[in-house]
Amino acid sequence: MILNVEELRFLYRNREVLKEIAFNIGEGEIVVILGPNGVGKTTLLKCLNRILQPKGGAVHIDGENLLELEMMEIARKIGYVPQRVETGRLTAFDAVLLGRRPHIKWDISEKDLKIVDSVFRLLSMEKLRLAYIDEMSGGELQKVAIARSLVQEPKVLLLDEPTSSLDLKNQVEILAIIRQIVHEHRIAAVMTMHDLNQALRYADRFILLKGGKIHSYGGAEVITPRVIEDVYGLPVVIGEIAGMRCIVPESLEWGCTGSHI
Amino acid sequence: MHFNDGAIPEDYLGYVRHKSICILGGTILLFFMFVYSISVGAVTIHPYEVMQTLLGQSVSTKWDAIIWNIRLPQALAAVVAGVGLSVTGVIMQSILRNPLGSPFTLGISNAGAFGAAVSVILLGTGKMQSTVANAVTINNPYLTTMTAFLFCLLATGIILIISRIRGASPEVMVLAGVALSSLFTAGTMFLQYFADDTQLAAVVFWTFGDVGRVNWTELGIMAGVVLLATLFFVANRWNYNAIDAGDETAKGLGVNVERIRLIGMIVAALVSAVIVAFLGVIGFVGLICPHMVRRVIGDDQRFLIPGSALMGGILLLVSDTAARLIVAPYVLPVSVLTAFMGAPTFIYLLLRGYRR
Repeated sequence: MILNVEELRFLYRNREVLKEIAFNIGEGEIVVILGPNGVGKTTLLKCLNRILQPKGGAVHIDGENLLELEMMEIARKIGYVPQRVETGRLTAFDAVLLGRRPHIKWDISEKDLKIVDSVFRLLSMEKLRLAYIDEMSGGELQKVAIARSLVQEPKVLLLDEPTSSLDLKNQVEILAIIRQIVHEHRIAAVMTMHDLNQALRYADRFILLKGGKIHSYGGAEVITPRVIEDVYGLPVVIGEIAGMRCIVPESLEWGCTGSHI
Repeated sequence: MHFNDGAIPEDYLGYVRHKSICILGGTILLFFMFVYSISVGAVTIHPYEVMQTLLGQSVSTKWDAIIWNIRLPQALAAVVAGVGLSVTGVIMQSILRNPLGSPFTLGISNAGAFGAAVSVILLGTGKMQSTVANAVTINNPYLTTMTAFLFCLLATGIILIISRIRGASPEVMVLAGVALSSLFTAGTMFLQYFADDTQLAAVVFWTFGDVGRVNWTELGIMAGVVLLATLFFVANRWNYNAIDAGDETAKGLGVNVERIRLIGMIVAALVSAVIVAFLGVIGFVGLICPHMVRRVIGDDQRFLIPGSALMGGILLLVSDTAARLIVAPYVLPVSVLTAFMGAPTFIYLLLRGYRR
C-alpha cells in the first residue's frame, strides 16, 4: 500500500467536518472521492497533504506519517492539482518548472530542466513549451497543472475535480492521461469528482462520503442504485451502454425506471 | 516516479538568455544614466570628467566638491530609493496578490507624513527661511525622520495585527492599508488645520519627496537596508513564484504561504519606512516600475525582481535629473514628477483590469 489513512478527523470552527476516515490505496490505483456538494470531498483531499491540518488520525505514505513531516518533504511525495488553476505572464515551461520547488535548494539545475522536458514529452506538450499560460485554453491549462504536479516526482497524485471546467473531449483526454501515468509509473491518484459516469469509467476504487463519514468504500461493486440514492438523495438507474456501466437519474417522464435502461 | 529521458531544451535556454540580456541592458542603461545625472545640473560637467573624479583622479577641486558633496549622494540616493521602492512594490504585488500593491497601498507613506506633521507641529522641528530656493527647512531633521519612521512602523504593526486576527489574506491587507491611509491623512489634515504658516509650510515641504536631502550616513543606512532586503527577496523568488500560482498550489509545493507572506510584508514595510523617513513621500515608483518590467520580461520573479530593481533605479534617476533641469535653476521635488507619471499609470491599470 502506498497511502494508508487511519481515523482521520478534521474540524472547522469546532464543527466536525470529517470523522472516522480510513482507507488504503495501492500502487497503480485511482481512487475517486464522491458525494454531494459540501460533504467534505475537497477537505479530505487537502487533509491528505496537509494543505488543511487534520485534527486527528494518521496519513502514512510508504510507512511515514505525513502529519510529522515538513511541508517541503510532503511536497516531494505528494503532487497536488487544485480545482482552480491561476494564470500569469509565464511560459508553460516556467509554470511547470515551478513544480520542482520542493527539490530546488538555491536555483534550478540541468536535472530539473531535463525532468520538465521529459514530462512535456510524456504529455505530448512539446509545442506548448514557450506558450504563455494566460493565453491558454482550459484544457491546456489543466495539462500544465498536471505536468507541474508530475515534475514533483510524487508517489501520490491528488486532483481536485480535474475535469470540472472542461468540455467532454478534454475531460476524456485528461482522465485518460491520468490513468496512463498512474498505471505506467505505478503511482496512486486520489481525485474528487461529480461525474459518476466518468468516475465509473476511470477509477479503480470509490469512496462515497455522507455526513462527513465514509458511507461506502470499494470497487465498482459499491456503486449501486441504493448507495447512490442514499448518498445523493436521488433515485438512479444503472444500465449499460456499449459494454460500459452508466448512471442516469430515474425519470418516469422519460421511461428511465427499474434497474436497467 | 522518476523521469530520466529528458533533454535540455535549447528553445527554452534561448528564451532565458533573452531575459538575461534585457537585465544586462538595464544595468548598462542605469550606469550611463547615473553618469549623465551627475554631469548635468546648474553647471554641466563633462561625463568623462565625472568618470575621472569618481575613479579618484581629481580633475578640479570645484568639480570634486560638486560631485562628492552634492551630485553623487543625490544620484546614489535616487538609485537606492528607486531600487528599494520598486522591489518592495514587486513583492507586495506578489504577496498581496494585487496589482495595485505598493508601499503606498498599505498606508505607510501617509503614516510617515503624519509622523512628520506631528514632529513639525507638535514638537516644533520646522522653521521658515527667507531664500526662495530653500524656503523652508526642518531644523531638527533627525527627530522628524525618527518620528516619521516610528509612524511607518506603527502602520505596519497595525496591518500585521489585523492580518493576524483576520488571516493574512490579500483583501484584508489591502483594505487595512486603505483604512490606515484615510486615518493618517485625516490626522495630518487635523494637525495642519491648527498649525501656523511656518509649521504648515514645513510639513508640506517634508511631504514633497526629495532625494537631495540625505547625507552620506543616511545614504549608508538606506543602502544597507535596501541591499539586504533585495537579497532576501531574491532568495525567496521561488516562493513568490509559487504564491503567484495560487495559495493552494504554493502549499501543495511545500511553501509555508502564511509565513512567507508575513515575513515578506515586514521586510517590505521596513524598506518603505526607511526610504519614506529619510526622503519623504515619493509615490508611484513602487507601482509603475514592476508593471513596466512585467510587460517586457513577464511575471517570473527570477527576472522580475532584478528587472524591477534596475527599472526603479533608472526611473527615479531620470525623474530626479529631469526635476533638476525642467525649471532650472529651480529644482522640483522628484515626487512631483513621479506622481505625474504614476497617476495615469494607476488609472490605466484600473481600466485594463486587475491582471497582475
